[in-house]
Amino acid sequence: MAVCIAVIAKENYPLYIRSVPTENELKFHYTVHTSLDVVEEKISAVGKALVDQRELYLGLLYPTEDYKVYGYVTNSKVKFVIVVDSSNTSLRDNEIRSMFRKLHNSFTDVMCNPFYNPGDPIQSKAFDGMVSAMMVQAC
Amino acid sequence: MEPLEENPIIYTMENKPIVTYAGDHGLFTSLYNSLTQQLPREPMEWRRSYGRAPKMIHLEANFVQFKEDLLPKEGNKALLTFPFLHIYWTDCCDTELYKASVKEDIVRWQNLLKLHSTVDWLIVVVESDTKKKNKTNILPRTSIVDKIRNDFCNKQSDRCVVLSDPLKESSRAQESWSSFLSKLRTLLLMSFTRNLGRFEDDMRSLREQRTEPGWSFCNYFMVQEELAFVFEMLQQFEDALVQYDELDALFTQYVLNSGAGDGANWLGSFCAPVSSWNGLVLRRPIDMEKRQQVQSGRASLLDMRSYLFSRQCTLLLFLQRPWEVTQRALELLHNCVQELRLLEVSVLQGALDCWVFLSCLEVLQRIEGCCERAQLEANCSHTVGLWAYASEKLKSLGCLCGLVSENGPDSEDLNRTVDLLAGLGIERPETASSMQSPYKKLKEALSSVDAFERHYLDLTHAAMEMYRAIGRMRSARLVGKSLAEFYMRKGDPRRAEGFLQDALSCYVSEGWALPITHTRRQVAACHKLLNQTEDYLQASALLAGDANLTDEERTHFCQEILSYANQTADTQACAQCHALRSSLSPQAVLAMGAFAQLRQLQFRPPAAVVHVGAALQVELCLRSLMPVAVRLEQLAASVHFSLERGGAQGRAGAGGAGRGRGAHRPAGTVRFPEESPPAGARPRPQPPALELQEMQDRSPTDRSLTSAGVVCRNVHMLLRRRGSSASLDPPGRAAVAVDDGAQLLKTSEVTLLPGNNSILFTAPSGEPGTYTLRQLCATVGRVQFVLPHIYPVVQYEVYSQEPQLSVEPLADDLLAGLPQRVKFTIVTGHYCIRKGDALQLSNTDAMPILQSPSCPAHILSSAGELVSESVLSVQSSEKVTSIALPLAPPYHTIEFQLEVLCHIPAGPARPDTQRLTNGELQHRPQGDSSETTIDHKVSIDCPWSIYSTLIALTFHIPFKAKHSLLSVGKRKYIQVCLQNVSEVSFHLVEPSLAESGGTALELLSLNAKTQQVVSSSRSLFCVWELKWTRDAPLSPHFEFSVCFSPARAEGCDYKPFRYEFQLENVCTLYSVSADIVPGPGAEHCHTGALCGLEVCITRLEELCEAESEDTGLTENDGLYTAKLLYEVVDNSSNWAVCGKSSGLLSMPVAVSAVHRVQMEVMPLFAGNLPFPKIKLFKYLPHYALPPIPAETDSCVEKDSVSLLDEQTDTASLRSRGSIHSLGGVEPPRGPPLPRLEPFDAGQVFQGSRARQVLVLPGKDDHVLEVNVT
Repeated sequence: MAVCIAVIAKENYPLYIRSVPTENELKFHYTVHTSLDVVEEKISAVGKALVDQRELYLGLLYPTEDYKVYGYVTNSKVKFVIVVDSSNTSLRDNEIRSMFRKLHNSFTDVMCNPFYNPGDPIQSKAFDGMVSAMMVQAC
Repeated sequence: MEPLEENPIIYTMENKPIVTYAGDHGLFTSLYNSLTQQLPREPMEWRRSYGRAPKMIHLEANFVQFKEDLLPKEGNKALLTFPFLHIYWTDCCDTELYKASVKEDIVRWQNLLKLHSTVDWLIVVVESDTKKKNKTNILPRTSIVDKIRNDFCNKQSDRCVVLSDPLKESSRAQESWSSFLSKLRTLLLMSFTRNLGRFEDDMRSLREQRTEPGWSFCNYFMVQEELAFVFEMLQQFEDALVQYDELDALFTQYVLNSGAGDGANWLGSFCAPVSSWNGLVLRRPIDMEKRQQVQSGRASLLDMRSYLFSRQCTLLLFLQRPWEVTQRALELLHNCVQELRLLEVSVLQGALDCWVFLSCLEVLQRIEGCCERAQLEANCSHTVGLWAYASEKLKSLGCLCGLVSENGPDSEDLNRTVDLLAGLGIERPETASSMQSPYKKLKEALSSVDAFERHYLDLTHAAMEMYRAIGRMRSARLVGKSLAEFYMRKGDPRRAEGFLQDALSCYVSEGWALPITHTRRQVAACHKLLNQTEDYLQASALLAGDANLTDEERTHFCQEILSYANQTADTQACAQCHALRSSLSPQAVLAMGAFAQLRQLQFRPPAAVVHVGAALQVELCLRSLMPVAVRLEQLAASVHFSLERGGAQGRAGAGGAGRGRGAHRPAGTVRFPEESPPAGARPRPQPPALELQEMQDRSPTDRSLTSAGVVCRNVHMLLRRRGSSASLDPPGRAAVAVDDGAQLLKTSEVTLLPGNNSILFTAPSGEPGTYTLRQLCATVGRVQFVLPHIYPVVQYEVYSQEPQLSVEPLADDLLAGLPQRVKFTIVTGHYCIRKGDALQLSNTDAMPILQSPSCPAHILSSAGELVSESVLSVQSSEKVTSIALPLAPPYHTIEFQLEVLCHIPAGPARPDTQRLTNGELQHRPQGDSSETTIDHKVSIDCPWSIYSTLIALTFHIPFKAKHSLLSVGKRKYIQVCLQNVSEVSFHLVEPSLAESGGTALELLSLNAKTQQVVSSSRSLFCVWELKWTRDAPLSPHFEFSVCFSPARAEGCDYKPFRYEFQLENVCTLYSVSADIVPGPGAEHCHTGALCGLEVCITRLEELCEAESEDTGLTENDGLYTAKLLYEVVDNSSNWAVCGKSSGLLSMPVAVSAVHRVQMEVMPLFAGNLPFPKIKLFKYLPHYALPPIPAETDSCVEKDSVSLLDEQTDTASLRSRGSIHSLGGVEPPRGPPLPRLEPFDAGQVFQGSRARQVLVLPGKDDHVLEVNVT
């Protein structure tokens, strides 16, 4: 399903990043990092509009030849980025949204862990398992 | 405008719905101009089927002469050539003519229309006045129209309209025109609705057949496009675009289905190998060439997509939505690449890149062609994607064709280039004239290395600039990095460096580990090529410690450093380091952070405070980040020395400082915050916590506090600028400077293993002062790793100290009278105790030093550990006691104890103890303290000083004694109270009292014989009865003595305690007794009722010696009388004295002389009330003043006078008056006043002291008050 899933801290450093074809890991890192440009653009554009009616889902950030990059930002400005293979056409907007929702829920669980230090890289097994499931599913 | 078009199929924007004209050609021609002008002037509302919103449209028409072959044949779906309305024009007004020719003509025309089942027609009859005038015999004008209506429009009378005088400027003509035009428009719209509706129905049914095997997308495409054309023709671009979008979606779906295994037959034609990749063509509204390919089923997928997009682009531009074009273009290009992949169409390598590149540029140029420059710049966020895409594709083409290398293309590359160029075909005519056409650019770029570079740089810089302009810095850097890679492949590292550094700093600041590693490797390669040795080594160090690299890579980078480090001056030996050789610098100084991290630092001893010359060890814990063991030639920490503290202040100050830091550093350990590894996950570690410290500023002269405050010690860390550039520098090489002049902690030949290493240093402690560790420097051959600042601050202190002697009691207080142990402590400081050194103590008699056979001394090291023990020899002579000290090295402590005894001074400590009689204590504060403590000063000569040391010892007297004289009538008792004021309990034995004056007095002890225990702050009372046989003693002296020993120490010998005192006026002279009798007739006293108070004063003694000296006596015939003042005092206000409360009386000085006084008193309360006090005073007349009695204390005198003065009730005033009257002499105003003097306690016996009388409550009292005493 997804080929790369990343959680990026408010300060734009990665809290969690995982990609499925590991040999391309570096490329995904570059892709996700570059996508932050668009995320920031979208966040600042949203900031001008009504704040409380904010949509967390940012939609397609940008397409590349091979991948589609989707973004989502929590209220605490933690960003989720999901990269999907362009050839995977079965994924519609709704599926991406539900993936983000699942990701957000799992992330919230991580944050609720009293032993987790906010700002540290995420090492939760539950979170990892959920991400793996999203990457394998319907692949 | 040419109304007569031979070929009606014109696919241009000038397309208009076709309307045919028939009948009078000349007539139509004359009206043509006004008709075409006026028709579009007013909009019409177009109501549409299928619930589509109505639209206002301006109608235009292309008027064509009617021909039969214009009418569509059966099955022809062409809409563009479809005549929507047929008009027959006639200006016939002659019935004859009509019947003769016109009618026939109309019938023929009608038949043709009917044959093609066309119902959209109109007959126009033009009337003109000129014609009427000419032909007078005409029928009424209506008749022709009516005839036509009758003949042709059997039910549709509106199919025939009259146009009156169309060429005249009359209002009638206007009216006629407008009604005609509206009719025309209505009919046109009706025709549209009907014909398009039918067309759409046909089209839908055609689409439904798409599952049938013979169905062809291309055919369907043509049909639906026809609809799109019509909408376009009607200026309904939105609707036209919808048609293309539907086609697009349908096609996409088919491709996707095919990818999913559900391929359609017709799709096979699109799967043919791509042979032409000449890019999009957007300059023509309709690319007929491609359209024909589609129509004939020869189109490839790229052709299909190109054509579709070109149409969409055209329509979007009509709709003024250029930015949607760019967005769709990018999607299209990505999509096409995907689709070709999905359909497994074979494409020549690089062909797609060509196509994408050409398409990107074509779109951009098309957009540029239709937009203002400012508009373009404002919207570069929409175009930048295409720029970047184009540059990316050009780069990959360049790589493919060998244009991105130092050597240029080889023959294989050239072959490939030729193949690629072949696929471009020939340039299209519309761009042939443009110098900048995408086609020319690509051809030129692929033709030579230089041209390629120029074009590539143009594109890349444009993309980067645009990204920067819209704030997409990361994207800009990524493009920059790609550019740097290009430069590197071209062998131009100098230009690559900046871009790489820029990208690297970005990743470092945001903490993206993998990109950091990757980019840093590129940077390292760049530095290596540039011979920037130090930078290269620094990057290598970082890479060697980078966990994201494999072990081999890390080892490689580590070896790079080591091989440089081991290069000797003879560089010939090192062949592989040729890059580095040329730039041999003597030393390479690198930041330590990449190489190793300081984790922990531990002092031994932990206090980090040592005396001069003492051993202080520092243990460093250094975590090596290198993948292999590294042998350090030297590891040194430079030390900054300052005289700020320590030294002069000696041990106390230094110790205090050590403690202060110890608060956050338990056991002398400094832990260094864990730095994120250079390529760590956390880019910005949390700012360090505030390190606050109390600060006191004392004035240098008198050490008084001038200011106090709180200082933040790490301001420089907290307030460091967090700019983009500053924080990104690795602890910069500019900052890595080695302090040279400082002292060093050094170890040589250390091998650092990967991971934590422990290294031990011996710290210099030569001079007293504060030593601060500043830098850490590891030397590996010619490479030095320097940690420029050690933070948090690590300090140790070295102090120097004068020898000191202190003497302090072992217990809290020293007690006098008992042997006490005193502890001598000698802190040797810098002095070394040699053989023969001794302490000389001056002796005093009051405090001898007790010699004990063995006096052990302990010698302690500065850390408080016992070094040795020895026995002191103490020698005493008359004047001095000499204590020979054991040998002791400097900075040691000698401790020993001596026993001293302080004698309690015999006798009263002060003369006025005599005055303490009968419990009437007179407090003298200064006397009190002087009595309880004794200070002794001992002068000690120390061997290290020419001056004597004075030691003050304070001894506390353990007891406080008081005495009092008690009387019962004439019998006398002496009570001594001994209070234990010390903290310990004592055993007391043998209390004894002896009269020391030599008078014959008998003292009868009433005390227990046994040993008594007196605990702390308890008292012991001893009583003796005093008897005398002859005359009463005048002022006898007594000495009380008792033996005591501490209760704890059993068997200890008893020490004596003595107390001397003197008594005076021992004899009882008067006895005063009182009695209260109830009022007459009452059995008991009652509240508020008067009672009688009878006072009886009896003389008990003859005139005694002491009295005879007194002046208060009057002699009368050998008989003495004494003047006394009595006074009834009731301090507790139980009694109200009625009448006089005091009075003078003369008392004969004779045994048993009695004087009675009757008084009336009234009890104020009920209950057992104590008797009021009766006081007796000696009354001394004023003339008896001058000889002031020796024993009279002025203080007492004042007391007695004030006593009299203060009792200013009427009674005392009266009594004073009575005194005066009794005296008979009016006393002169002034000092000589009669005087009252109290008796000594033993002289008056109060017989009725403490007696009580029962008082009953008054009868008529409602309130019962009972006073119980």
